[in-house]
Amino acid sequence: MTLDAVIAANHFGLGARPGEIERARSDARGWLQKQLTGSRTVPDDIRRLPSSADIFKTYSELRRERSDVKSDGEAAKRRLGGLRAKLVPYYLDQVAARYRVAVHTEESLRERLVHFWTNHFAVSADKPQVLALAGALENEAIRPHVAGRFADMLNAVEMHPAMILYLDNQASIGPDSQLAQRRGRRGANSERKLGINENLAREILELHTLGVDGGYTQQDVTTFARALTGWSIGTDRFARGGEPGKFAFHDGAHEPGTKTILGTRYSQSGIAQPHAVLADLARHPATARHIASKLARHFIADEPPSDAIDHIAKAFLDSDGDLPAVHRAVLDTPAAWAAPATKLKTPHELVVSTFRALDFVPSEPRQVAAPFELLGQRPYTPGSPAGWPDTATQWDGPDALLKRIEWAGSVAARVASREQPLSLGERSLGAALNERTRVAITRAASAEQGITLLLASPEFQRR
Amino acid sequence: MTNRRVFISGALAASAAAMLPRCVFADVATDARFVLVILRGALDGLAAVPAYGDGAYVSKRGALAITAPQLKLDGMFALNPALTQLHERFQSRELIVFHAVASPYRERSHFDGQDLLENGTGAPKSAHDGWLNRALPLLPEAKQRATDRIALALAQNVPLVLRGDARVGSWAPSRLPDTDSDTLQRIADLYSTDEYFASRLQSALAADSVVGEGEGMGGAGRRDPLNALNTVAAAAGKFLAAADGPRIAVLEATGWDTHANQGAERGQLASRLSGLDQALNSLRTSLAGAWARSAILVVTEFGRTVAVNGTGGTDHGTATCAFLVGGAVAGGRVVADWPGLASSALYEGRDLRPTLDVRSIMKSVLASHLGARESGIEEQVFPSSRPARPIDHLFI
Repeated sequence: MTLDAVIAANHFGLGARPGEIERARSDARGWLQKQLTGSRTVPDDIRRLPSSADIFKTYSELRRERSDVKSDGEAAKRRLGGLRAKLVPYYLDQVAARYRVAVHTEESLRERLVHFWTNHFAVSADKPQVLALAGALENEAIRPHVAGRFADMLNAVEMHPAMILYLDNQASIGPDSQLAQRRGRRGANSERKLGINENLAREILELHTLGVDGGYTQQDVTTFARALTGWSIGTDRFARGGEPGKFAFHDGAHEPGTKTILGTRYSQSGIAQPHAVLADLARHPATARHIASKLARHFIADEPPSDAIDHIAKAFLDSDGDLPAVHRAVLDTPAAWAAPATKLKTPHELVVSTFRALDFVPSEPRQVAAPFELLGQRPYTPGSPAGWPDTATQWDGPDALLKRIEWAGSVAARVASREQPLSLGERSLGAALNERTRVAITRAASAEQGITLLLASPEFQRR
Repeated sequence: MTNRRVFISGALAASAAAMLPRCVFADVATDARFVLVILRGALDGLAAVPAYGDGAYVSKRGALAITAPQLKLDGMFALNPALTQLHERFQSRELIVFHAVASPYRERSHFDGQDLLENGTGAPKSAHDGWLNRALPLLPEAKQRATDRIALALAQNVPLVLRGDARVGSWAPSRLPDTDSDTLQRIADLYSTDEYFASRLQSALAADSVVGEGEGMGGAGRRDPLNALNTVAAAAGKFLAAADGPRIAVLEATGWDTHANQGAERGQLASRLSGLDQALNSLRTSLAGAWARSAILVVTEFGRTVAVNGTGGTDHGTATCAFLVGGAVAGGRVVADWPGLASSALYEGRDLRPTLDVRSIMKSVLASHLGARESGIEEQVFPSSRPARPIDHLFI
């Protein structure tokens, strides 16, 4: 079928680069499938970035410097502002690297899956502690496991400092832990009460694994939070010992004792206990269904058919969460190949596909981030642990459409001197280029206007 | 299928309307302004409105207790010290503070909680449209104007509460250059066979024509969510103040999910509250003369635990507070059937127990302030919610 290569490049991939539809034409499915398995060398743009441990050390030093002088109010605000200014370059470098790779990769389904899983395990860089670490989570915990097992990705994510800091687990302390008891004996001031924080436990259950309807109770959340006490980061502050900026399990802060979660007893002591819970969650049928629903929503439609979800969930359970098998099940779903395109592009997808069509990324990191921000999707800042929404209703406000059109106009103004609107349309949309759009482009008053029309057209705005 | 009786009563209403002088409708309906502010992330009601007079308050709240409140409302309640402007509104009898309020939602997921707060039903995901959208056709105003001229989301994307069959406008500050009208016309032609894009473009241009060009709202930093709230609040006031402008606006603000280092009189949450306070004041200032006919409702998806958690914050809870403020509000009072903070009184031993359904406030806004028919409110806007009775006398 002539549309298969277009669907492969634009619906499954991140949008056709020049010549890509041609290259996928002979075997569109094979072109996609070979992206799903095996490991890859880390792209240079990403290899050059500092690690989360290095960034964390810088962050801690900056904080210490700034907290030397005790003050509050305006002065504190200024100090925080100064800290932020030092961290923003890390963030921008991560953003620039992410989109350079997204625009240049020849394996854009694989890269789309990296973005999908980053959004599934979302942290938000609008929390100051996470600002410089959000991209590191993607590169250190998601990317290495995108062709591996879900259980391994889950472990890597929950152990990543970005996630621990984002969901406040670094200082969650068991009320009967050694640390709390020592503190109690010393009769230390009770102003700073030691105790648990249930944020990470709740979001692992609700968002990362079982899903909100996955059958857990408030009791399960609280007990899991107790099992996760001591799950922290190595710094002087939170856990004595451990390498600064890396995961550390603080035995002294861990709530001892057997825990019962979702009806299963966990009698392990120390770190073995939360690991055992995570291992069970990773292969739970509710997790399979939750992940399958999200993949189906991403690759099929905002309201995906239930048989497609069943099919993907079955692959998840049958393979014990082997991600290539799960991703292959998505490719095997006929509904995922439906034409015309069913999904409205998110701003992220729209900008990436535009840059890929033009084979262009701004050289300045700040300029790379700018269009995403203008269109309402600043990279790595979904604003909540649920990640960016994956349904059109969240992106298709009238004003959002007008901004997309305005942005199309500003891109067109920049590239009009070197691009032919019609050939740009043909190489980016192939057989999906609508006759109505073709006519509108050929009748346009200028190349600039033609490119604006193409980028604003319904078929370019959808995937 | 059209129900014949509904059709007849609709026709009668239309003909009656045609016979009445226009200004009657202007007085009854078109002057009332309503702004819904959704605080996403679960505002700690006991931090915003401390129950300092409750005997268990200080012991239960621990480090988060505000022990010597300056902005007292009565012998039991005070406002957080950051809410100075709201306190002035209280003294001017333009603010009602509700406490121990909750939607019918009793779990603790932000996303389901927000979904239910906005869809107006008794369960998350049980409706794909929002209660305010379903209310639009019931408003007297809807007989005179298209709904996308009545209701506006101050966001690029329409929040669930305003999504649905009735078209609405949306607007957000832009730093992008305007597209020239010839290109826009060609794009409109290109969309003419695609209803999905065509209708959105039309609504966007309608909203844009109301705010006008060069309002100076561009370039607003969206990085600081509080600054952004202030910008859109000021813009909302301008929209609503215009004689032919929209009558209903929805604003949203994030950043209320204070699991760690929440602070009490000062700190993270206090500075958020201060931003909210300023934004509400900007809204008042820009509404100018229309303030007298305005009501602003501030709600959040649920409250937070009464006790401080292990990291100086609070975890997800149940009941919280809500604010109704505006020149049209019969304010200067706290409306609360206070359940108390003693351990035995808490919901599931940890949260403030809800005693007021937030939909009671919303129903009163729709019926008493915006003039929507009560039967429609019960049947279409908030189905199966009879026990949540509207509250009388919230408005002047």
